[in-house]
Amino acid sequence: MAEYASILFSMILVNNFVLVKFLGICPFLGVSKKFDSAVGMGAAVTLVMVLAIAVTWPLQQLLDAWGLQYLQTIVFILVIATLVQLLEMAMKRFLPPLHASLGVFLPLITTNCAVLGVAILTIDEGYDYPQALVAGLGAGLGFLLAMVIFSGVRRTLEDAEPPEAFRGMPITLIAAAITAMSFMGFSGVIDHLFGA
Amino acid sequence: MAATKTGAQASATSEQTSKQILLRGLLQENPALRQMLGLCPMLAVTTAVFNGLGMGLATTFVLVCSEVAVSLLRKAIPSTVRIPAYITIIASFVTLVMMVVEAYLPALNDALGIYLPLIVVNCIVLGRAEMFASKHGPAQAALDGLGMGVGFTLSLVLMSAIRELLGAGTLCGIQILPSFLEPMLIMVMPAGGFAVLGMLIAASVWFEHRKDGVAHGQEDRPSQSLCAACPLDCGLADPSDDDCARDALVDRLEAAVTKANLTGKDSGTSDKGGEA
Repeated sequence: MAEYASILFSMILVNNFVLVKFLGICPFLGVSKKFDSAVGMGAAVTLVMVLAIAVTWPLQQLLDAWGLQYLQTIVFILVIATLVQLLEMAMKRFLPPLHASLGVFLPLITTNCAVLGVAILTIDEGYDYPQALVAGLGAGLGFLLAMVIFSGVRRTLEDAEPPEAFRGMPITLIAAAITAMSFMGFSGVIDHLFGA
Repeated sequence: MAATKTGAQASATSEQTSKQILLRGLLQENPALRQMLGLCPMLAVTTAVFNGLGMGLATTFVLVCSEVAVSLLRKAIPSTVRIPAYITIIASFVTLVMMVVEAYLPALNDALGIYLPLIVVNCIVLGRAEMFASKHGPAQAALDGLGMGVGFTLSLVLMSAIRELLGAGTLCGIQILPSFLEPMLIMVMPAGGFAVLGMLIAASVWFEHRKDGVAHGQEDRPSQSLCAACPLDCGLADPSDDDCARDALVDRLEAAVTKANLTGKDSGTSDKGGEA
């Protein structure tokens, strides 16, 4: 149990996908202007990450068995893209309320590098199936956390008046740097809590 | 044969345009600093010049090859399935690069790690395939890929040089700063990546403003970042265009989410009836 908790929290805090691993920067900067859409996007990414791992991890076992590891990138990206499309269609048909709050974000994450990143990362780390799923959940929740915190930062940023050249993207990145700095404080926490 | 429709017009300006296509990616439309595309590798691998250069060259190779392939196949690919087709083409070339790097440059392979396969989802590659290669001939597509790739490589090298110099006191592994100066470790850490990129973009904006006298200062830069990884059927050649489909979509999403929250505060997930 402690092992799963360790994976979960290290993915959320220490190896935060956005602020430490720089995956999913595009939606992080693009959709974090408002709190509601930040939460929606984060939840959608979490859902897709867990589902993507649920599908890609068994697929990797097949690729390994057949000696086709070199097809990993192509297979993963196509499977994830298909999965996201199917998920959106299914949600629209069977769960309209959920589609209204989550599904609308799905087209934006078809080719999100965070999703493919977490799928490849769990394979590289040699996780077994439950560990991989927990890692996916952690990565997604970490993304959600970063989105939510940053949407708060951006709200105050809107009232700021930076120098002309820093308006827009540059000052947003500087704010992201300070947010990332705060996450550096978490390194070491996991080892202390769950034993090295 | 390709140039039947706009033959006269194209041949008249082709000399100049091909040069423009090549040079455009370097500064004016630099993918990373001006279009805000491909920021993930830009932030992640730029801790040392060697890594930045390796990533840039790998991306350039994938860009040129996939643009040429997409351009050659542009008439054969039905437009409804073009995005999956482009992704497959791009993923093939990325796999090729991965194999070569793994075989001949193991050190680079270790340094780039997961970011090497992630070239597949680099917004620049899919973006150029969709915006440029699908509408132009193979020669122009190759030039565009080369220009954008070199522009991306230059910005990666510039950024990694700054971070390596300040963060480790070295350049390409050679000690530059005197050893009594303590290197600023934060520069090679994630936070430093965001900060340096922010300053570089600010510098490029400032440079541009100085060049054509502040008048055009009001461009809405953040919107451009949204073109990244955009699978939408936008059809625009320029991500800074006002009609960007993704911008419109995000606006609509935000409106829908706000409305859903206002109308059904408590009827959220459990209540599937949903009053309109």
